[in-house]
Amino acid sequence: MHKKEFTTISSRQIERLYGPEAMGDFDYARDLGSPGEFPFTRGIHATMYRGRHWTMRQFSGFGTAVETNERYKFLLHHGQTGLSVAFDFPTLMGYDSDQERSEGEIGKCGVAIDTLADMETLFSGIPLDKVTTSMTINGPASILLAMYLVVAEKEGVSWDKVGGTVQNDVLKEFIAQNSWAFPPEPSMRVVVDMIEFCTKHVPKWNTVSISGYHIREAGSTAAQELGFTLADGIAYVEACVKRGLNVDDFAPRLSFFFNAHNDFFEEIAKYRAARRIWAHVMKERFHAKNERSLILRFHTQTAGCSLTAQQPYNNVVRTTIQALGAVLGGTQSLHTNSLDETLALPTENAVRIALRTQQIIANESGVVNTIDPLGGSYFVEALTNEMEKDALAIIKKIDDMGGILKAIAIGYPQKEIAEASYRYQKQIESKEKIIVGVNDFTVKEDHPIEILRIGEETAAAQIERLRKVKQTRDAHKVKQTLAALKEAASTNKNVMGPLIECVRAYATLNEMTETMRSVFGEYRDPAIF
Amino acid sequence: MEKRVRILVAKPGLDGHDRGAKFVARALRDAGYEVIYTGLHQTPEMIVSAAIQEDVDAIGLSILSGAHLHLFGKVKELLKGQKAEDIVLFGGGIISDEDVAELKKIGVEKIFKPGAPTEEIVSWVKKHVKTK
Repeated sequence: MHKKEFTTISSRQIERLYGPEAMGDFDYARDLGSPGEFPFTRGIHATMYRGRHWTMRQFSGFGTAVETNERYKFLLHHGQTGLSVAFDFPTLMGYDSDQERSEGEIGKCGVAIDTLADMETLFSGIPLDKVTTSMTINGPASILLAMYLVVAEKEGVSWDKVGGTVQNDVLKEFIAQNSWAFPPEPSMRVVVDMIEFCTKHVPKWNTVSISGYHIREAGSTAAQELGFTLADGIAYVEACVKRGLNVDDFAPRLSFFFNAHNDFFEEIAKYRAARRIWAHVMKERFHAKNERSLILRFHTQTAGCSLTAQQPYNNVVRTTIQALGAVLGGTQSLHTNSLDETLALPTENAVRIALRTQQIIANESGVVNTIDPLGGSYFVEALTNEMEKDALAIIKKIDDMGGILKAIAIGYPQKEIAEASYRYQKQIESKEKIIVGVNDFTVKEDHPIEILRIGEETAAAQIERLRKVKQTRDAHKVKQTLAALKEAASTNKNVMGPLIECVRAYATLNEMTETMRSVFGEYRDPAIF
Repeated sequence: MEKRVRILVAKPGLDGHDRGAKFVARALRDAGYEVIYTGLHQTPEMIVSAAIQEDVDAIGLSILSGAHLHLFGKVKELLKGQKAEDIVLFGGGIISDEDVAELKKIGVEKIFKPGAPTEEIVSWVKKHVKTK
């Protein structure tokens, strides 16, 4: 079939051929710079993967801390180089396993964490001064970080040696991901508290992983992913500066997290544009002096939403293309999805194939031998410029609205994403866009694949773990530390210190979030469709 | 005027993935149904009480958290308790074939898997949901 229009997955028009004229008034030093040099379009290091491969970091967690700890040891044994914790929904929302709201959800989508005791089990036998850990947690990020720090302390690892990341990107929760603990304004305050604390006490910790991943998964275009994410980043920097922090003291610890979708070149252009925009924003808007404040480091995850339940083995191929895009775009770390994730959490076998995909790219394909191999391509440079222009237009629009919090309050990013998602789905249904195995090349009957099941016995075991902790802890101490937390939340004291005391006393996650909610209030989504 | 079929699209539990729910809500509205969307983080009690209050003919649940057996079961049980079993219960999400069979057994009329086209959902609703 001959097509009339050639567009990317995000409906961007693509020309038949790109030549020198497509690059406009291209200036190598100004627009690209050498790798490791402003504006970092070609990459953030002078050596990139010749110095070291990206960190292979598979997001993982299920059941109780006991089971997830075993999975972590399995992954480290198979050559994974960093940990990435997936929490279950009750944990993400700040509920305990013994609450009615948690019923049916315990350990299903990630590991259940109620108290410090669970975190001690989760990292048992894992050296926290050698392995870095990324934790996908947002509303209650400050609490989970407090738990991690106390575990490190008990293992004899001092806080200045602890390295890792908490997602802690509350803004994108209101835009797309929808797991929040408090309303937007107090959520921002807690984020700034945590950045302030880490700047002083946990210097190697990445304080916010500013995330476009979920925005894209919710249905945005590539340019929207870039624009909304960078606008969120700007909001965090502004909030910290407003608190009185020096930009160069905290900005080097901010990192980003992007999606790797199917449209190969558009994705590569997105990462390159992201680095260039951020370098300019930090230099010109925030007057950062430290070069490390200017560089945009990012994690990538392949697009979960691109995987199909139909003919699931095809997902290995999709993930490979996406992962290759992330690598050619210069990612610092990568998660590759498993082929069975449209059906359930992945089995060990499926996770191993996903990890092997990265190892094959790193060790067999040869793409790591040179830096930014697509730099200078007429097409890729033109696309990078377009991506930059579109993202800047979104940022400008949000600036004009008075910032991302105002934009969220009127539902601007939410509506834009819902619109883009609807348009894309329509394109699939009209077969304007082809998804192999879904709207073309279908088969009558699929072979069933092996599935990981999380039984209800997990919930019972977790509730029992929690009961034991509640029985053996010093109830008076818990009450005391929670009271101090409430006091800090109601005044302008930093909540991190009091949270660490609550954690040490084995206060539960929900006792801490409830205490803060009693001051901060709750949030309900506007249910726009 | 003939009464239009009313459908409650709901997101039960703590799962925040609402792309599918929003899409289906909009597609059903575009197909001429009256659609009420609950928004996120609804308890089964909230959903059933909204369904009765809004006098809907069907409830569509979207669940991507793995908690589907519990949540569908609870909604069905509450509908029974309210003598509102004539409300058709259907849904979709990340649900294995084995669990789809399990859900059918407890009276969930239909589960749409990831990738189900609007056309399929709308024509199923047309055939199986009538005004009460």
